[in-house]
Amino acid sequence: MRSFLPDFQVRVPATLPEALDLLAAEPGAWTPLAGGTDLMVLFNAGRLQARRFLDLSRLFELRGVQDEPGRLTLGALTTFSELREQRVVHQCFPNLVKSARATGALAIQNRGTLGGNIVNASPAADTPPALLAYGAEVELTSPAGARWIPYADFHQGYKRMDLGPAELLTRIRLPKPEGMGYHFYRKVGTRQAQAISKVCLAAYARLEGRVLADLRIGLGAVAPVPARATGTEALLRGRALDALPFEAARDALQADIAPIDDIRASAHFRRVVAGNVLVQMLKELAAVRA
Amino acid sequence: MPETFRLDFTVNGQARSLDTHPMARLLDVLREGLGLTGTKEGCGEGECGACSVLLDGRVVNSCLIPAVQAQGAEVVTVEGLAAGGGLSPMQDAFLAHNAAQCGFCTPGMLIAAEDLVRRCPAPDKEQVREGLAGNLCRCTGYSKIVDAVQAVARKEGQP
Repeated sequence: MRSFLPDFQVRVPATLPEALDLLAAEPGAWTPLAGGTDLMVLFNAGRLQARRFLDLSRLFELRGVQDEPGRLTLGALTTFSELREQRVVHQCFPNLVKSARATGALAIQNRGTLGGNIVNASPAADTPPALLAYGAEVELTSPAGARWIPYADFHQGYKRMDLGPAELLTRIRLPKPEGMGYHFYRKVGTRQAQAISKVCLAAYARLEGRVLADLRIGLGAVAPVPARATGTEALLRGRALDALPFEAARDALQADIAPIDDIRASAHFRRVVAGNVLVQMLKELAAVRA
Repeated sequence: MPETFRLDFTVNGQARSLDTHPMARLLDVLREGLGLTGTKEGCGEGECGACSVLLDGRVVNSCLIPAVQAQGAEVVTVEGLAAGGGLSPMQDAFLAHNAAQCGFCTPGMLIAAEDLVRRCPAPDKEQVREGLAGNLCRCTGYSKIVDAVQAVARKEGQP
């Protein structure tokens, strides 16, 4: 059943300090609203718990892309379409472009935001695996100031985050990969557009000659949170591309994930497919001409 | 606590103003507030694209836009595509290629197609399919819709 409009309240702060003051005055009372592409679905179905919304869409402080030597900083309100349209994102973070392109369809990509995708905290969201693979950091801001934390530490459990009731996620920062790199992104869903992931795997590897000098793997839809495959990474780090242990890596991945059965896929399917996607990636890596 | 606000925005080139709730869906504001019933509601959850409109020149799902976020915006609905009483080239092409059957998805298809050819004047088949990927049609099988969009891109759709 549709939500009853008079039950809802909306404030539209004009500046970031104003928004933070509202949050701090009544911690937990206001739910931030950005692109609305997740919240409005629940709202339309009458299943939205929150009743009071802080519309962040007018906050210019949360917009924009800052391209500096060595790093890229994205405002939390950066839309998926903006990610797709930024040359520097294509050049340095191709997985982020692919993940933005894999999110919903164009009408969603024009509204949905990177910050919203993170804070909505769906384990099946499409950009988090790419952010994990690139070693992103997130900025959390309250009236007391801002702090940066590794994005890998942000999700603490299903829909639980290192985010205080008076804090907003304001920016996302990515170190630009240097040297010879390999990027991989694969989302497995029912169809290319609009589908929610059954399995998603993003990876970034730094190569030194034919050696896997460093590797980060981000996973979606196979754990209660978007997660790094730390055990698999440790097994593979330092290996020669000509001697990648495909099956041992597949086994290691099984210990890194904790998938569940739901309407989109069974846990068994997710385990098998996650392993298959990992091996697909390793075979691609083995074929890299370095 | 009931609270409304005055929504001032531009719809199909005309300044419009009405009192509505900040969480009212743009879809309902257009259909019920302004009587523009060309925009349809299908799924109501951003999956089907029947409610597509252009918001500040970009295709969006109007069922997912709270009215408060349309403040000051420029909206184009299917009613705004036909300029000066005639059909737009895209509408003509949809007619010429039999790209509509039941017609329910057609307003959203036309808006998404318009968005596509404005951004990408000569799309190939893959680009058309991606541009329309958020718009579901249960009748046509899509081929005739893709043909119509490509015809406009090749300037064949114009009368």
